[in-house]
Amino acid sequence: MLFLDRGPSPEEPRSREVRRPTVPRGSALRRRLRLLPVLPSVLLLALFLLAPVAWSFYASFTDVALSGKAAREPSWIGLDNYGRMINEEGFPLALWLTVVFVGASAIIGQNLLGLALALLMQRGNRALSRVVGTAVVAAWVLPEIVAAFAAYAYFSRDGTLNQILGTAGLEGADWLYSYPMAAVVLANIWRGTAFSMLVYRAALAEVPADIMEAALMDGAGGLQRLFFITLPMIRNSIASNLMLITLQTLAVFTLIWVMTAGGPAGASSTLPVLAYQEAFKFGDIGYGTAIASVLILVGMVFGIVYVRLLREAKR
Amino acid sequence: MSRKGTTTPVPALRGRRRVRWGANAALAVVGAAFLLPLLWLVFASLDAEAGHGTRVPRQPSLENFGAVLTPELLFLPLWNSFLLASGTAVVNLLAAVLAAYPLSRHPSRFNKPFMYSVLFGTSLPVTAIMVPVYGLFVQLNFLDSVPATIFFMATTTLPMAIWMTKNFMDSVPLEVEEAAWVDGASAMAALRTVVLPLMRQGLGVVFIFVFIQAWGNFFVPFILLLSPSKQPAAVSIFSFFGQHGAIAYGELAAFSILYSLPVLLLYTLMSRGSGNAFAMSGAMKG
Repeated sequence: MLFLDRGPSPEEPRSREVRRPTVPRGSALRRRLRLLPVLPSVLLLALFLLAPVAWSFYASFTDVALSGKAAREPSWIGLDNYGRMINEEGFPLALWLTVVFVGASAIIGQNLLGLALALLMQRGNRALSRVVGTAVVAAWVLPEIVAAFAAYAYFSRDGTLNQILGTAGLEGADWLYSYPMAAVVLANIWRGTAFSMLVYRAALAEVPADIMEAALMDGAGGLQRLFFITLPMIRNSIASNLMLITLQTLAVFTLIWVMTAGGPAGASSTLPVLAYQEAFKFGDIGYGTAIASVLILVGMVFGIVYVRLLREAKR
Repeated sequence: MSRKGTTTPVPALRGRRRVRWGANAALAVVGAAFLLPLLWLVFASLDAEAGHGTRVPRQPSLENFGAVLTPELLFLPLWNSFLLASGTAVVNLLAAVLAAYPLSRHPSRFNKPFMYSVLFGTSLPVTAIMVPVYGLFVQLNFLDSVPATIFFMATTTLPMAIWMTKNFMDSVPLEVEEAAWVDGASAMAALRTVVLPLMRQGLGVVFIFVFIQAWGNFFVPFILLLSPSKQPAAVSIFSFFGQHGAIAYGELAAFSILYSLPVLLLYTLMSRGSGNAFAMSGAMKG
């Protein structure tokens, strides 16, 4: 999902249908056989992607556990796990925190900051843009565990953020403990803005300069040009970017796990963290898979919307 | 005309200069905000008494690097990371090239639905399937197996790899290949001798793309690999520094830097190389 700015990408599925060559078409069997090389991929996807998803839905109706009797012979418990979700307070809170996390860090934070950076880089000094671009991309290319450690140090009680606030004469806070959601949201903006920035830089580079000049001649101001020309012209990129960063942010685990471990008392426990804790800390694989199944369904909905969007864009 | 021409642009020019100034100032502020957390890594790695805070080391030393440069702390985990990442990338590349060839060369009713399913596959949240995958691995007795972990990690990036590889392959002109067919080469021989060499930069991009993701992956090996002797750097760094109550921050930073360097280098390499690949495919289109 990286590197959308370079090379071909689902942004512009370049399905230039290849012209049928001069080779004879061959029998139906031969045409089938030609698809044989696709088989290894199909098998891998079926075994390691499709099967876990199917198993997830199945296991969510059982009481399968990490160890003990329920690990060997899990029994069918129907909708009990889903009933627990509604009744226990862990799940509704995690669902809400997930919405906050995706909304604040991806849809607002990464998306708007990425767009702003791309626009600023068009107007600003070239060397400066390059340095800033490198800094933004570096946070994103680093292994996620390293980024998570750096963010942890930055937000901890005697960390860099409080140092800066201190020199400005402001009282800091124990961010990871008192405001865990704010800390992980900001950390995820830092970590992931590069993706949106790269998407928007590529998209803005495609906006024809003569249209801009024509608008300038007609006396359109900066904001007018942005809202009536630039943004409508890159709307496909905006839509794809929103879908992709939503999906990426839905799946964030490591950053939160290292910074707060979902705490204190579940105050920063999003759905992936909750699923992990229920399954591996409390050994309740059945309930863990039920939470995972909800997450998979949410991902599927976004995935379907994304695929449709790209299909429309191609027409 | 000339007099009018000299008076009107002046305010516009001044406005543009002001915009430029504002843009530069905003860029500098954002850039500094993004650099700060990284600065801590660099300073702390050179500071034997590092803590959470960022400060210029009083006595810069390589002590931290010396402390982590041991076989069991650094080399074995990095070797494991390398095995996992390169294994994942190789499996990806083989499967993706094989799949992309018929999809790119032989139009059939199967192609479009398959490509859209693949695209749909790219959108599955991988962390969500880790609990079921753990269950699956227990059932199949795959837990703590490096090859099984490699195949699973390869599958998570496979949809994207197929999509990218097919697009790169689409941009290799069919004419060259037809010449090989006329000379009697089979489809697979044409793929190996004609198509792949022409798209080697694209293949490099796919390889590095997968390698970087696998190298940085924490959650998958954290769940699927149990023996410390098999765990990659991402997991060993977490268990080592997470479990030792009083964290040695300087060493953590030094380890992080050594572990991050390969992917930073690869990314730099790729952002240069793929620029050329892009230019190349553009040239062929025209």
